[in-house]
Amino acid sequence: MKKTREMRSSAESLQVDAHGRLKHFLSIDGLDRGLLISILDTAESFAGVGERAIKKVPLLRGKTIVNLFFEPSTRTRTTFELAAKRLSADVLNINATTSSTTKGESLLDTLRTLEAMHCDMFVVRHAQSGAAHFIARHAAPHISVINGGDGRHAHPTQAMLDMFTIRRHKGEFASLKVAIVGDVAHSRVARSQIHALVTLGAAEVRIVAPRTLVPPGVESMGVTVYNDLHTGLADVDVVILLRLQNERMQGALLPSSHEYFQYYGVTEEKLAPAKPDAIVMHPGPLNRGVEIDSDVADGSRSVILRQVGYGIAIRMAVMSMAIGSHAAAEREDG
Amino acid sequence: MSDKPDVDTLITTLAGKVDNHLAVHHRDSPLMVGVHTGGVWVAKKLHALLGIDEPLGTLNINFYRDDFTRIGMHPMVTPSELVSVDDRHVVLIDDVLYTGRTIRAALNEIFDWGRPASVTLGVLVERPGREIPIQADAIGVRLDLASHEYVKLGGPDPLSLNITRKG
Repeated sequence: MKKTREMRSSAESLQVDAHGRLKHFLSIDGLDRGLLISILDTAESFAGVGERAIKKVPLLRGKTIVNLFFEPSTRTRTTFELAAKRLSADVLNINATTSSTTKGESLLDTLRTLEAMHCDMFVVRHAQSGAAHFIARHAAPHISVINGGDGRHAHPTQAMLDMFTIRRHKGEFASLKVAIVGDVAHSRVARSQIHALVTLGAAEVRIVAPRTLVPPGVESMGVTVYNDLHTGLADVDVVILLRLQNERMQGALLPSSHEYFQYYGVTEEKLAPAKPDAIVMHPGPLNRGVEIDSDVADGSRSVILRQVGYGIAIRMAVMSMAIGSHAAAEREDG
Repeated sequence: MSDKPDVDTLITTLAGKVDNHLAVHHRDSPLMVGVHTGGVWVAKKLHALLGIDEPLGTLNINFYRDDFTRIGMHPMVTPSELVSVDDRHVVLIDDVLYTGRTIRAALNEIFDWGRPASVTLGVLVERPGREIPIQADAIGVRLDLASHEYVKLGGPDPLSLNITRKG
């Protein structure tokens, strides 16, 4: 808990500059409603770029963005890469699980080496909570850091793309009831989603999960906890499913994936208590037959594949905002 | 020259000049595109006056600005809306032609939407101060403003030209 609080206060000062501009994007926690809305609005204006003849804008021409991934990821890394390329930036992909870090190079040495190559932004994915904050604190002043997922702590771009999806399909947050279903305890995505939904003023945020997968004290974040899917989904506008990570089965938190599907796996039938026009979301990759049934995943209420496209727009927005504020700050200083 | 030219009269003048320019150059079925924000206001009126069938396109040139590395992102809500410009006669409309940098950015964006057959530039107001070699094909009015004088289109309802002096 102490660690979370420290991370929170440092995130506030680290992420936003004196003019209220986004400097680094490390967690939703510490960002106000206005800034979240401006990320969504900026992403909205990038959303059309992918539909044009030339799917690129020249905004970050001459900038170099490093995808620094210490944890394997295909989906997040490729959407960050595509977002950077659509902004005309140059991209370096460093898979740190197989690079010199495994040869014993320290994280700071890796940073200094990359800084020496005149990079402008690091997108960091790490299994350790707080890794992106650490890098943001220690990186040279001209470098922006984006958190691409750190341990169980945060995955802010995923949360923002989910907010973007909700706003596009369901409109204003103030009238919406949102249920987050699944392994909230181990999910950095859920943590960021809860912060974002509460900050954006969603009418109600629910967590629906077995007791073993509900983090203690989560109610203090402003959510209502349901242990039963039927009541948890009653009258909701948005159903967000989380991936059930197979490794959780080994810790005796759940009897089996089969049993999980019995009680918490979302089928068309179990979706019945939700509003008829409710949307179903999932950050991917899907475990069909575990947390979601194929009929739902491929059904008319699923917006899962759209989320992928929106993820590119959101990443374009935070990248250009963070690099833009650094550029403006350098000019003001100099 | 009055400080407040009547905008509707200027738009009628501009419509005639755009129409004439298109006719002289045999540019049929034009695609009209306004530059956010003032250019879109002017383009909407021109679009109606000239009876163009195709919906009006809009450009938000924020992503093409040459001052991004100086001032960062502009807050922006309205994205560009354009159909394919391939082989089309594009009529680009802006409110004020000053340094030419906005039009440079707009041209770059148009060419990212495709390869137009031609681009005609129409502006409500032309004033001195070009920093790059760009000129309009059709002009509502030319105002010989000094470098400390600024003209801005207010709107959208009603449209009005406001001239301010700084320093």
